[in-house]
Amino acid sequence: MNVLIYIESENNAPKKSSLEAVAYGAAIAKGQVVAVAPSDADTTELGKYGVDKVLQFTVSGKLEATQVASIVAQAAQAQSAEVVIFAKSILNDLAAPMVGVHLGASVASNVIEMPDFSKGFVVKRGVFSGKAYTEVALNNAIKVLSIKKNAVAMTEKGKTAVIESFSPSVAASTITIKETTQKTGDILLTDADIVVSGGRGLKGPEHWGMIEELAKTLNAATGCSKPVSDMDWRPHHEHVGQTGIKVSPNLYIAVGISGAIQHLAGVSSSKTIVVINKDADAPFFKAADYGIVGDAFDIIPKFTEALKNTL
Amino acid sequence: MKILICISHVPDTNAKIPFKDGKPDLAGLTFVIAPYDDFALARAVELRDQTAGKLTVLCVGKADTEPTIRKALAIGADDAIRVDAEPTDAFFVATQIAEIAKQNQYDMILMGRESSDYNGGQVHGMVAAMLGLPCIVPCMKLDLNGNVATMYREIEGGKEVVELPTPFVAGCQEPIAEWKIPNMRGIMTAKTKPLKVVSPVATAISTQVASYEVPAARSNCKMIDAANVGQLVELLKNEAKVI
Repeated sequence: MNVLIYIESENNAPKKSSLEAVAYGAAIAKGQVVAVAPSDADTTELGKYGVDKVLQFTVSGKLEATQVASIVAQAAQAQSAEVVIFAKSILNDLAAPMVGVHLGASVASNVIEMPDFSKGFVVKRGVFSGKAYTEVALNNAIKVLSIKKNAVAMTEKGKTAVIESFSPSVAASTITIKETTQKTGDILLTDADIVVSGGRGLKGPEHWGMIEELAKTLNAATGCSKPVSDMDWRPHHEHVGQTGIKVSPNLYIAVGISGAIQHLAGVSSSKTIVVINKDADAPFFKAADYGIVGDAFDIIPKFTEALKNTL
Repeated sequence: MKILICISHVPDTNAKIPFKDGKPDLAGLTFVIAPYDDFALARAVELRDQTAGKLTVLCVGKADTEPTIRKALAIGADDAIRVDAEPTDAFFVATQIAEIAKQNQYDMILMGRESSDYNGGQVHGMVAAMLGLPCIVPCMKLDLNGNVATMYREIEGGKEVVELPTPFVAGCQEPIAEWKIPNMRGIMTAKTKPLKVVSPVATAISTQVASYEVPAARSNCKMIDAANVGQLVELLKNEAKVI
């Protein structure tokens, strides 16, 4: 069984999420592990996590999902790949189902664990917006997966990947990008090992400095609850929850968030949850591993200080 | 402008999902238009008004979805199509939507970025691939100037302003429009608006749910005294081992 992984690059290197996708592919492959990667992505890391061969293509400008799908489908056909793996991202989540249509494949999104081969090809994914999980059997000969962060342990395979140049035919897109606003240098919510989120309990956008300071200390991304993004205290792309971004970090710290069911749905697959809230009855404490009842304005600076002394 | 809005009929997102015999037991729950679809519907009504166009609502589901479809008609859709079948998976639903779209040539096919029940987020991408159309997800703003649409789409850590001509597919999310609540006149007229029931086209079964699992509740929240944040640092480091 050959496996194909689509690599996204950032600062001339494969994104960390793409390396997780490689590790996932290497763990299930019984044949070749092939990566299809833009030529600006350094290939050393790909071999390290188990890629046998890299198909390098040259890109000019940003790819649309239709173009990614076309590149990946052509690579999958050329390599007779039976499993195609994407790391979850906004673009990949759209490209994966398109690849599914091109290849006549079964598609599963938000996969959180390794497949179970004892019952065919069965993957586990979240449903009901984080309130439950389901195991889904993928029936078609080809499978396309988009995997969530932490779906696999990173195991080094120490291979050296063979590089092949790859020239898929890619049609131009009718979509024109007029303007891009993106904060660079920040850790992305979906990539972060640690997320610090603030809620209405922080009383106003002017109090986010201490959240950012805590996040910086922990090398964490910052998030917020829905009311906070609705009131424009924070940008929409920081909204964590059922109708926002769903995160699965190692550590999620919620400050001044009461824990509405819709917010919990977005964080339920976090490994460890810390809740800091002045209301001892906040429902979030029931979904947390560690809790502090008290005034965030008092606790957060002290917590940050204590962390600085330890880390 | 001919607009198609595709909706899912899902349990109210405030509801706790009960499980019985290892399956979701949805019988007692209130059903709604999936929240993201509801945002897309609200904007679709505005764009229909602006272009003096026609808005068709499409739902793949059995007869129990009709109250949800009538609600979309009450909010402002002109007519409805129900594909009479259980929406078994994204590929099945996308196949049905693409079939209806081929027959009717819509300028825009809108839906939510994902449903709140199975959270696949695949239908828009599949429909676009089946029809050879461009697709924008997640679309947070959608304005029309003639047949050219300007949209905001979310990207990791920010947003992009994009432009493209119709036809296209878009998976929408807030703040594309405010949810609309049907008024009495809407509710009355919805009863007589056309709702056509069609049979599904056959497809192979691409994916099947094998089993469900309810995540274990976090057993016990360990409470730490507010005066002793050092203990939290200690526990995160040595017990949880996450820092």
